[in-house]
Amino acid sequence: MACECGNKKESLDKYLAPLREVLKNYEKEEKYLIPILQEAQDEYGYLPEEVLKEIASYLDLSLSQVYGVVTFYTQFHLEPRGKNIIRVCMGTACHVRGGADVLAAVKDALGIENGETTKDLKFTLETVACIGACGLAPVIMINDDTHGRLTPEKIPGILASYK
Amino acid sequence: MDQTIYRSHVLICTGTGCVSSGSRDIKVKLEDELAKYDLTNEVKIVETGCHGFCEKGPIMIVYPEGVFYCQVKPEDVEEIVEEHLLKGRIVDRLLFKEPLTEESIPSYKQIDFYKKQKRIVLSNCGRIDPENIDEYIAIGGYEAAGKAITEMTPQEVIDEVKESGLRGRGGGGFPTGLKWQFTHDAEGDKKYIICNADEGDPGAFMDRSVLEGDPHRVIEGMIIAAYAIGADEGYVYVRAEYPLAIKRLEKAIAQAEEYGLLGEDLFGSGFNFKLHIKKGAGAFVCGEETALMASIEGKRGMPRPRPPYPAQKGLWGKPTNINNVETYANVPYIIKEGAKAFNSIGTENSKGTKVFALTGKINNTGLVEVPMGITLREIIFDIGGGLTKGKKFKAVQTGGPSGGCIPAEYLDLPIDYDSLKEVGAMMGSGGMVVMDEGTCMVDVARFFLNFTQSESCGKCTPCREGTKRMLEILNRICAGEGKEGDIDLLENLAHHIKDTALCGLGQTAPNPVLSTIRYFRDEYEAHVQDKKCPAGVCQGLAAAYVIDEAVCVGCGMCAKNCPVDAISGKPKESYRIDPDLCISCGACAEKCPVDAISQG
Repeated sequence: MACECGNKKESLDKYLAPLREVLKNYEKEEKYLIPILQEAQDEYGYLPEEVLKEIASYLDLSLSQVYGVVTFYTQFHLEPRGKNIIRVCMGTACHVRGGADVLAAVKDALGIENGETTKDLKFTLETVACIGACGLAPVIMINDDTHGRLTPEKIPGILASYK
Repeated sequence: MDQTIYRSHVLICTGTGCVSSGSRDIKVKLEDELAKYDLTNEVKIVETGCHGFCEKGPIMIVYPEGVFYCQVKPEDVEEIVEEHLLKGRIVDRLLFKEPLTEESIPSYKQIDFYKKQKRIVLSNCGRIDPENIDEYIAIGGYEAAGKAITEMTPQEVIDEVKESGLRGRGGGGFPTGLKWQFTHDAEGDKKYIICNADEGDPGAFMDRSVLEGDPHRVIEGMIIAAYAIGADEGYVYVRAEYPLAIKRLEKAIAQAEEYGLLGEDLFGSGFNFKLHIKKGAGAFVCGEETALMASIEGKRGMPRPRPPYPAQKGLWGKPTNINNVETYANVPYIIKEGAKAFNSIGTENSKGTKVFALTGKINNTGLVEVPMGITLREIIFDIGGGLTKGKKFKAVQTGGPSGGCIPAEYLDLPIDYDSLKEVGAMMGSGGMVVMDEGTCMVDVARFFLNFTQSESCGKCTPCREGTKRMLEILNRICAGEGKEGDIDLLENLAHHIKDTALCGLGQTAPNPVLSTIRYFRDEYEAHVQDKKCPAGVCQGLAAAYVIDEAVCVGCGMCAKNCPVDAISGKPKESYRIDPDLCISCGACAEKCPVDAISQG
């Protein structure tokens, strides 16, 4: 368990305080489950079990139903993630223009595989189907910044600017 | 409102493409330079949406002349201000040069890329500030909504859309007016309207550009549709991967609410319409309408069998109309200019225009809007400027993972919904990926199947298991382990999946495989029987590269770039590749300045 709040109610309350702030803005309806999960993940960086339990009880849903939704959508994560999220585009345009080489360069530079996070929690590496910036292929996104017209040689410099 | 009259407007593209090419820095630099020359009150900077010509970004257009500067860098800005804005002299070196003739073209409208286009949906993209509702209204925005709500009955609006011949731009091509009629006729006190902006096809970015460049047009289209079918609440379901589109849409909705164009009693008619944004959470299948609705309801985004169609039982069981971004974006034009103006464009059964995202091995990548019935040749060679590095055209892939590859023999095919279907492809959302002789068609089919396989939601067996088996066979073929009968087995499986899968994702997933087998069967056979990849893409099957010693100039670039040190030789003499070490990656051939390296 990543959360170190232990069993003490007090520290759990403290841990869940930001989530409870988020929940205040939503009525107790199932349709708000996904927006709540999105905001909770923005707050915690990922979705720890305590957070899911709290959301389930707030919306009066079973934990399994919440877990089912979380695991269905690729955006949600049950493990801690890096400070910077790198998304390497594997779309058609990037594919034909050398996206695989760019991915290999990122893996080399960080020493991690697709879906993994560096030990220092600085970077998480993911691939996405298409960022929709095909005119600039091959493309990667780091957080909300799009970097286009890449070559493997450009990768180390770009990563260095996020350290 | 800003009432200053400016002598010049400088439009800077701040679409996703140009921003990542550095257009924000250019804007900052331009502000500084204008202040330096005391031009702040004479020249106005306008941030616009996408011009479509992402390849040449960052793009800057100076009005009133309409001069089009491309690939502008911050260090060019001073020269533009000093020469153009101060002295009225065009900076020639920043003008666009036609790839074939090398001629530099000063005006936006004379560039081949724009000349053959017919812009309805994209007419405002790159022309107005998408974050300012006044600019949209100034060029006639929201007039169509006003006309529909105050002068027309809902049935008249539906009839107009029916007469226009507009068909769904999300891929299926279902007649929009008919869909509206179904939802209009469905019984229910509460109805919903949804805009599908979950653009997930790899290689498609038209919806993103419309939302970023002209969000009010989509909102206006939705208001008209809501009025026509009797909905008072709507959702725009946007991919979370499109942060800028979401931001601009949020701003546009807030402005429209402020102006009374959304909310209660629109145009004093008593008609109410509330619009929400729903962010997707990363699931391609949510582009399927029933899965999308499940996702809005807060559930796993899995499709369900139809009927009942959303028009009868949609969101929370209520009658619901779902259309795609581009479909709604056409509606204001139809209402304002009339069905006849719209249906005079296009072919017999496909009216109006279509936006295509032109990508791949083509010179002018970007977004183009063309009349239906235009030929592939016109799009790829006249607008797209032909293939990069003068290579030979092999195929164009349309319709993303649901579509197919069209070979050179159909370059003169006038394209519309039906003609594309006949040749085994489909319109899809409008992605168009151009491939040259260096693209392996088996690898392309594998790429798309890999995509649909990993995006399969797992609800129905044909899609969950069938696509997996197909992918295994393709992986085997690409690795050089293809067996006799594999191609027939692939076809057999493909037809079963097409016939039995639950939703559009599964039913169309085999298309890329079927169309590549149909047109490039010899490539499959070369992989399976001769264990060769003719395009030299599939590693393990590709032949080693060789250097032509007569052409080699001995620069050593090849040896420097070889990842496995398979190339040896002396500078200024000649180099050779050890065929046993060569992994056929092609890095040497790519870097060779005299094209001395080819596959043996």
